[in-house]
Amino acid sequence: MKINPNEKMDIRELLKDLDKYSPKRRGWHWREGRGVKRTIGDFEFNETSESLTNSIPLPGSRGLGKIDPQTDCVLTTEIASGRFEDDIRRMRMAAWSGADHIMVIRTAGQSHYDSLIEGTPHGIGGVTITRKQVRASRKALDLIEEEVGRPINFHSYISGVAGPDIAVMFAEEGVNGAHQDPQYNVLYRNINMIRSFVDACEAKKIMAWAEILQIDGAHNANATAMKAWKVMPELMVQHAINSIFSRRVGVKPENIALSTVPPTAPPAPCMRLDLPYAVALRDFFKDYKMRAQQHTKYMESDMREATVTHTLNLVISRLTSADIQSTITPDEGRNVPWHYNNIAAVDTARQALNGMDGLRDLVKIDRDGPLGDDVRELKERAILFMEEILQVGGYFQAVEDRFFIDSGCYPERNGDGIPRQIDGGIGAGMVFERDADYFAPVSVHYGYNNIPPQFKTADEAIGGDTFSDRSKIIYIDELDEMDNVNARLDEVKKYEGGELIKPEVEWKADGIVTTSIFLPVDMRTAEFAAIKCGEKMGLTDVQVVHKRELHPSEGTLVEIKGRVNFDINIKDLTIPESIPVLGEQEIRDGVAAKPILIVAGTVGNDEHSVGLKEILDIKHGGIEKYGIKYIYLGTSVPCEKMVDAAIEANANAILVSTIITHDDIHTKNMKKIHDICVEKGVRDKFLLVAGGTQVTHESAREHGMDAGFGRGTKGADVASFLVKNRK
Amino acid sequence: MKREDDFDARRKHLAELLDEQLYTKFWELAEKIVQPMLDMGYKNTTPAVERSVLLRMGFSSVEVAPIVEGVMRKGLMGKGCGNIVWRLSEKKGISVREAGLLLADGKEWDTVDTLFEGGQV
Repeated sequence: MKINPNEKMDIRELLKDLDKYSPKRRGWHWREGRGVKRTIGDFEFNETSESLTNSIPLPGSRGLGKIDPQTDCVLTTEIASGRFEDDIRRMRMAAWSGADHIMVIRTAGQSHYDSLIEGTPHGIGGVTITRKQVRASRKALDLIEEEVGRPINFHSYISGVAGPDIAVMFAEEGVNGAHQDPQYNVLYRNINMIRSFVDACEAKKIMAWAEILQIDGAHNANATAMKAWKVMPELMVQHAINSIFSRRVGVKPENIALSTVPPTAPPAPCMRLDLPYAVALRDFFKDYKMRAQQHTKYMESDMREATVTHTLNLVISRLTSADIQSTITPDEGRNVPWHYNNIAAVDTARQALNGMDGLRDLVKIDRDGPLGDDVRELKERAILFMEEILQVGGYFQAVEDRFFIDSGCYPERNGDGIPRQIDGGIGAGMVFERDADYFAPVSVHYGYNNIPPQFKTADEAIGGDTFSDRSKIIYIDELDEMDNVNARLDEVKKYEGGELIKPEVEWKADGIVTTSIFLPVDMRTAEFAAIKCGEKMGLTDVQVVHKRELHPSEGTLVEIKGRVNFDINIKDLTIPESIPVLGEQEIRDGVAAKPILIVAGTVGNDEHSVGLKEILDIKHGGIEKYGIKYIYLGTSVPCEKMVDAAIEANANAILVSTIITHDDIHTKNMKKIHDICVEKGVRDKFLLVAGGTQVTHESAREHGMDAGFGRGTKGADVASFLVKNRK
Repeated sequence: MKREDDFDARRKHLAELLDEQLYTKFWELAEKIVQPMLDMGYKNTTPAVERSVLLRMGFSSVEVAPIVEGVMRKGLMGKGCGNIVWRLSEKKGISVREAGLLLADGKEWDTVDTLFEGGQV
C-alpha cells in the first residue's frame, strides 16, 4: 500500500491483509541530527533536528521564507477519540505538523480487564487497545513516516491487570513507547500492589527486549493532589522508585523517561515554584530521559489560558531540558481532544521551542540565588520521604500508611493520602510462589526459571517463541459482529467517495461545530441564551463548552458546540479558480527590477477606506512593504478623477475600493472606470483592480476589471497580481 | 496521619552533606526500597505473567485464558502454565500448539495431574 499527499488514506485498503502485516521496525526513535548548528532559511538554529520532506510550517513562517525548523526533542500528541480508524487521519495531520510521538489513550476501564481485548470495539475516552487496532495504526504510521520523512513513535499503556499480556503484544506489533509504572496501578486503579509489582517485572523485562521507551506515571500525582505545588518531594520519590526498579529489571536507563509536569499554573507564581523543581529533578535523574508533560491540574475550559500555561511549561523545557516534549490539547478541559486541537497543541510547542532556540546560551540558571536553596530543600525533602518509607517497613507499608498523594509538602502530612491495603485491591490473592521446578519456555522472562538441562535457552523447548518466529503469533480479527470497525465504516459509507462531506471534530461526519457568541447579559442568562442561539441556527445537541464572564452584568462570552444535520456535496460548490500568489522575495525582486506606481481610492460615494488602507499601508503588511509606490486619492473619488490621476502620474495600475453594494453601485463603478479608460484610449496602459468585501474576482472581471479581491485579501495577494500582470 | 512541617528538625543529618553525597544517598535509598519488590517478582508468578508466557508460545488471548484458569483450579500455578503445556506435549508426543489447544478445550486435564509425578520429564 502507498499513500500520497493529495489522497486521503483508504482505511478499507489499510485493513486488507492485516493478518499478514509485520511492523517495519522495533524500538524507540530519537530525532536525527541533533546537537549541531543548522542553517534554515535566513537563520542559524542551535536546537533543531533534520527537516521533514513533507510538513506544514507554522503560520508565521509565511513572512520568513516558509521555514519549518524541527525541534531537537521528540514532540508528542495524545489522541483519544475511541475510534482508531478516525485517529489515523489525525495522526497523519499531526505528523505533518511535526509530531513524531503518537500516544493513543486507552478506553476507560481497560486497566481492569484481565486479558488482552481483541477486535475493534468502540472505546470511550480512548481506543480499546487490541492487537488489530495496534497493528492497523502501526501500519498506517509506517506509511505516514515515509510521507513526512521521519520515523514516528507509536505509544500506549502497559498497565492494569493485563500488563505482561499487553507488553508481549506491543513487543510483537512494533509499539515504540509505553507508560509502565506499577505505582499507577496501585494508587489510581486500586490494583493489588504485590500483583502490580510482580506483573511489572515481567512487563518491563519484555519492554527491555523490545527497546520500548518507558514513561512513568508520576504526573498523575500532580493531577490528583489537592495542592499540586506541595507534592514535589513525593513526585521525585515516585520517579525514583519506578526508574530504579525498571533499571534493576533490565531496562536501559536511556529507555527510561520521567513523566514530569511543572506542578503549578498561573495565577500562582508558577515559574518560581516549578523551575527549582525542574532543576532538582534533572540533577537527581541525570541518567534518565525527561518527558516534559504539560500542566493539566489547573486547566479549565479556556483554551487561551491553557495555551499560556503550556507556553510557560515550554520555557521550563528550554531553560532546563526535554528529550520528549509532550503536549496537551487546549480543549482537554472541555472534551476529549478534537482533531485540530492536537495540531494546536503541537503548534504551541514547536512555536515556543523554535522561538526559544538557543536560550540556554544566553540565559543561565542562577543557582546562587533562591533557586539553589529551593533545589537543595526539595532534594532533602525527597530523601527524608524515602528514609521514612524504609523506617515504617518499606513501600507497601508506606502505601498502607497513606504516604502517597498527601497534600502536605513532605515531611508535612495532611492525612489525606490515598489509602490502599497490601492484601486488597483488584487481583489480590493472585500471586503464586514459583516451585523449584517452575519453568517458562520463553526467551525473555524475569526471575526464577528452572530451564531443563537439555536446553541451552528456555524457548528451545518449544522451538522458539513468537519473539524469534512471528509466524507463531495468533492473530484474531474480530470477536464482536456488531461492535467493530466494519460496522462503523458502513455507517458513514456515503462519505467514502469524498463527494459528500460533513463537518467533524473527532469521528468521520460527526457533524460537530463550535460557535463563539458574545451576549450582553450575565453569565447564567448568557448560557441559556447561547443554547437558544445554537438551536435557532439549526444545531442539535447544543451544549455550552466554555463560558467566560466579562462583567457581572455587561456581558459574557459563551462557546457552544452542536451538530449540523446536513451534508455538503462538493460538486454543488462553485469554487473560483485560485490566483497563485508569488513569494515575498519574488514580489520584492519583481518590484525592484521594474518599479510599480498605482493610484488608489474609494470610488463614488463610498467613505469606507479601512480595507483599502490595509492593502496599501506598510503597517498592515500592504503593498507598500514590497516597494510599490502609491498615490492615495482619498474617499468618494469620482471615477473620472481616478483615471485622470493615473494618466497624469503615468501609473501602472488603478486600485479602486468599493464597499457599498446598494443598487449594484460597486459593479456599476467598475464598468464606468473601464469605459472611461477605453474612451481616453488608455485601457491597455493600466491594470484595473477592484477590491471590497462583496467583490469577487469573477464579478470584477465581468465588469471590465482585470482583477477583483474580496474579503480576507492581503497586500501580498494584490502585489503578486500587479507584479505578474503589469503591462 | 497529620503532621506539621518538621523539615528543619528532620534534615539535621543531611545539612552537612555535599550535593554529590545527597545524590548517592537518594539512589541508595531508592535501591533499598525496590529490592523487596524485585525479590517478589523473582520468586512469584501471576495469571498475567503466565498468560504472557503462553501468548509467546503461540496461543491467542482467547486460548490462554482457559489454560491459566485450569492451572489455577489444579493448584499448579507454581509450576508455570507454559511448563504444563510443554510437558503435556512431551508426554503425548504432540506439538506444543496441539497440547495447549486440548487444554483450552477442557481436555487432558487428568493427564496434567500426572505431569509432575516423576520430577523432570
